[in-house]
Amino acid sequence: MIATLITQILGALTIAAAMMVVLSKHPVRSVLYLVVTFFFISGLYIMMNAQFLAIVNLIVYAGAIMVLFLFVLMLLNLNKEAEPKTPTLSWVIASIAAGTLFIVFIAALKDIVLVTRPGDQVAVSNIGLVKNLGNTLFTKYVVPFEISSILFISAMVGAILLAKREKQTID
Amino acid sequence: METFYWIDKLVLVVLLFVISLGIAAYQTYFERKLAAWIQDRVGPDRAGPFGILQPIADGVKMFMKEDFTPSNADRWLFILGPGIAMFTSLITSAIIPWGPNLHLFGREISLQVAEINIGILFAFGIISIGVYGIMIGGWASNNKYSLFGAIRASSQMISYELAMGISAITIIMISGSLDLREIVESQHGINWNIWYQPVAFIVFFICALAETNRAPFDLPECENELIGGYHTEYSSMKLGLFLFSEYVAMFVSSAIMAILFFGGYNFPGMDAFKDSPNLLAILGIAVFFVKIFLLIFVFMWIRWTIPRFRFDQLMHLGWKVLIPIALVNMLVTGFVVAFYHQWF
Repeated sequence: MIATLITQILGALTIAAAMMVVLSKHPVRSVLYLVVTFFFISGLYIMMNAQFLAIVNLIVYAGAIMVLFLFVLMLLNLNKEAEPKTPTLSWVIASIAAGTLFIVFIAALKDIVLVTRPGDQVAVSNIGLVKNLGNTLFTKYVVPFEISSILFISAMVGAILLAKREKQTID
Repeated sequence: METFYWIDKLVLVVLLFVISLGIAAYQTYFERKLAAWIQDRVGPDRAGPFGILQPIADGVKMFMKEDFTPSNADRWLFILGPGIAMFTSLITSAIIPWGPNLHLFGREISLQVAEINIGILFAFGIISIGVYGIMIGGWASNNKYSLFGAIRASSQMISYELAMGISAITIIMISGSLDLREIVESQHGINWNIWYQPVAFIVFFICALAETNRAPFDLPECENELIGGYHTEYSSMKLGLFLFSEYVAMFVSSAIMAILFFGGYNFPGMDAFKDSPNLLAILGIAVFFVKIFLLIFVFMWIRWTIPRFRFDQLMHLGWKVLIPIALVNMLVTGFVVAFYHQWF
């Protein structure tokens, strides 16, 4: 009962923080709200008994990727004057595109049953624990897992290649 | 039973809070005395006998100073910065197993606040969050020196986290667990991980120096280039919290290193105390703290011995020296562990 309540509160907070990402005037604040959003998402993972995912989410997203975002934004030091002028037409187009996506989400989720009826099995999943996740990844899904790691390596090599292409003249 | 459990935890949390802050306070005294000793000076000796009341005097001074906020600073983030720095330094102490279980009042009391089975990952998660305090504080000050300090700190911490994580993976491979308690238990007696993983320890230690912004990697607060670094605009206890969080982080990272490489609360000849678990627990805690203090001493010793790196040297060391060493070490360990378990 309490667990459900906490999950719902966390969900509401996640959405609130995500809204603040969009509504904040300053880009640095947006990034900080995004970090807060990741924290709440990790909280949701913990409520789903997926501690490993929760911590990895924090390490990878909040701890590494968001730091890089913040890093770039702080270096650029964006403010109102530096902001490129956006034509009104692109605002309209963006609103239509986002609205369409929203309708698609609503359509996808409209048949979902939010209330568990008596007799339904509430599955307590243990898949998020390290041991179970590792076993599943390295037995059942070993080929997709390895292929995705090759994908990561190729992305890294590509990034280094792009950085190396311009000959550095600084000694 | 349940209420007792919560009371135990509450007492432990308060104790840990007080001990961490107390040790951090006396680290500042110890650091100044050690610096004085190395540089053939006397050091603080005015407040109390041998100057042992110096940290208290410093604390009072910090609180009494005017708390100044620059007019163009982002006010809330300016306050948030030191808070996050202190929080992230303190929170890691929750997952550290401080000693074997105590047997008091007819029940077994665990000396670990949060027994989570992914303790080491939690520690790394907190380390990677730790950079936000400095970044937010440095940016919100609206001062270019603060911003430079913050940017240096974040790039340094991101770079050294990688080598640190890779060198810690070898310990996970040997122990076969992410649980700090199990990692400690697997190093019974003097069967410490340092004998198997000296290379990993050296890499980890260098990275710990960089992560806690200690010399020779204290470029974020390099005073002859950046005035004061990320805390240039800070005054009063906000500055105090920034400086203090560095000492707490030093204490906690020494504790983590003692756990991963020096057997935590294990000591040679501990089997002789098998029949009296309470005595064993107290001795274990004492031994653990001795290990922590020795590591802190090495931190300080290095600070007053080695000059500061240049920033490009720092990046070179992190990316081109430490990460390859850690990777090779991880590969070799992987093969040895696989052969040992005869998986081939």
